[in-house]
Amino acid sequence: MQKLLPRLVWVAAGLFAATASLHAQAAKKQLKVGFAQTGAESAWRTANSESMKSEAAKRGIDLKFSDGQGKQENQIRAVRSFITQGVDAIVIAPIVETGWDPVLRDAKRAKIPVILTDRTIKTEDESLFACFIGSDFYEEGRMAADWLAKKTSGKGRIVELQGTPGSAPANERRKAFGDAIAKYPGLKIIDSQSGNFERSTGKVVMEALLKKHGRTIEIVYAHNDDMALGAIQAIEAAGLKPGKDIIIVSIDAIKEAVQAVVDGKINCTVECNPLFGPKVYDTIAKLVAGEKVPKKAFNKDELFDSTNAAAVIAKRQY
Amino acid sequence: MSRSFTRSPVFWPAVGLIALVVLNTAVNPAFLKITLLDGHLFGTPIDILTQGSRTMLLALGMTLVIATGGVDLSVGSVVAIAGAVCALMLQGGHSLALTIVAALAVGGAAGAVNGTLVARIGIQPIVATLILMVAGRGVAQLLAGGQVLIVKHAGFGYLANGFFLTLPVAPLLVGGLFVVTQLVVRRTAIGLFLEAVGDNETASRFAGLAAARVKILAYVFCGACAGLAGVLWAANVGAADANRSGENAELDAIFAVVVGGTALTGGRFVLAGSLLGAVLIQTLTISMYNLGISPAVAPVPKALLIVGVSLLQSDRLRRWLAGLWTRGGKGTA
Repeated sequence: MQKLLPRLVWVAAGLFAATASLHAQAAKKQLKVGFAQTGAESAWRTANSESMKSEAAKRGIDLKFSDGQGKQENQIRAVRSFITQGVDAIVIAPIVETGWDPVLRDAKRAKIPVILTDRTIKTEDESLFACFIGSDFYEEGRMAADWLAKKTSGKGRIVELQGTPGSAPANERRKAFGDAIAKYPGLKIIDSQSGNFERSTGKVVMEALLKKHGRTIEIVYAHNDDMALGAIQAIEAAGLKPGKDIIIVSIDAIKEAVQAVVDGKINCTVECNPLFGPKVYDTIAKLVAGEKVPKKAFNKDELFDSTNAAAVIAKRQY
Repeated sequence: MSRSFTRSPVFWPAVGLIALVVLNTAVNPAFLKITLLDGHLFGTPIDILTQGSRTMLLALGMTLVIATGGVDLSVGSVVAIAGAVCALMLQGGHSLALTIVAALAVGGAAGAVNGTLVARIGIQPIVATLILMVAGRGVAQLLAGGQVLIVKHAGFGYLANGFFLTLPVAPLLVGGLFVVTQLVVRRTAIGLFLEAVGDNETASRFAGLAAARVKILAYVFCGACAGLAGVLWAANVGAADANRSGENAELDAIFAVVVGGTALTGGRFVLAGSLLGAVLIQTLTISMYNLGISPAVAPVPKALLIVGVSLLQSDRLRRWLAGLWTRGGKGTA
């Protein structure tokens, strides 16, 4: 009996050591990642979440997904809980730019790298996050302008449908397009109004501009597909053929717009790719392995026109 | 005769509208031009009526709610819910008639919730309808699954974009509803009941009026109007965007009602004024595009005109201005 006790202790210790080492192996194998998403406000966002989830499942990553429902306090609560759960990395799609410093400091103290996606934040201390992975709105605008310049040999009268005034995608897409067409004196923006990134407003604006400029409009450049799809209806109602009488260039490449390219109603749409999963997890793998990553990285965007739209339409997820 | 006309509540919004049209025509002479295209009327005034029909419809319902001394902030969200319901019903293969009935029912139910909260439970109208304004958009998103739902249905699109004997269908529909509502409220005692409840609820209850029921009825009507506006919203672009459609629509509707001479304190309402107010706000929106005002600064001239018309609606300011005029006139004489 007296000899039994130390023996039991030995056995227990051995078991403990065995399970602990098993545990360590499992932890090494399965990466734990917390993702604080903004919410599910658009098709783009839904596709974005889906990409993060499916890619995690594919790579065997344990993804803790939190829907912020459009509120920063929900996101901060989620990040706090990720820290206490001891995840290997935290991904945030910040709803607003400010107010992140305290919770990011907590993450830093816990030595958990933070990756910002889609939107960036304002902070005094850039070391609080490892890197930012986003969409290059400027590059999207430039790609649209370059395609247009090639298609029209640098000539045409353009009407621009802007996004919500002051929003980053509207600002960048406007600036990039303006910068790029400055090289072509024949390409002129004759009017530019905001369609609020929205179908019905895009339609109302296009109706008004069609009456104001009549047949002199040769090109429509829309900051997103929704407005372009609204504008198409206005153009058809005016007895013109979108895609033929008026060239339409747009950004986002949502499935409906790619279909419109196939149907010849939109001439070209530049992708704003929501499928962040692969790039984000590649970056996390590097961070966990202790490698350096660039502070700012962009997801690659493609362009769809009549030459390639039909080939990709079946595969579009959003 | 002319004096009674300037006293009419619709006089000042009419002045604002005419001023706006004159300014637009000066800048772009084709502003009022209407032509015949593909067998229907085509031109900016037609656009104003067609695209403004949704705000007119919301203003119609809102007028009765405001007449009872209340306000309904949830109409924009109800638009989104009704739009999502339409899209789901049509995608599910249901008939157009059933779809419209469903949208009206959903709107009416939302109105019943608002009315019950206000009239039976006694919550302030702003607070009571704010609940549905915030929650309603969530409901719409839930229905739509966070997606923009596409509706391809010729009959459905006809409601918002079609033409009947060269005339646009949507304004005809809404105009018809206005006439019917006007007849019902003015030819029966309903209008009187609404004004009595809005003027003095306690007194009207002592006079034997079912004040709570009158109020609930007004909210149900307003909700049903919002439901129908949701139909037009989705039909207009052939898509139901739970996130964006009807955004800030409640504010446009309230503005149209107030500028049309209905008192926010309740007790007095002018349906024709609300109709004119809705046309005014739509003309204002189109003017920004026609005059080529940059979208970054467009809210400023819009706000200025709204302030201007609201000031002209104020009796006290008009009397003060009239006083200045007569005194000035005497001075030079």
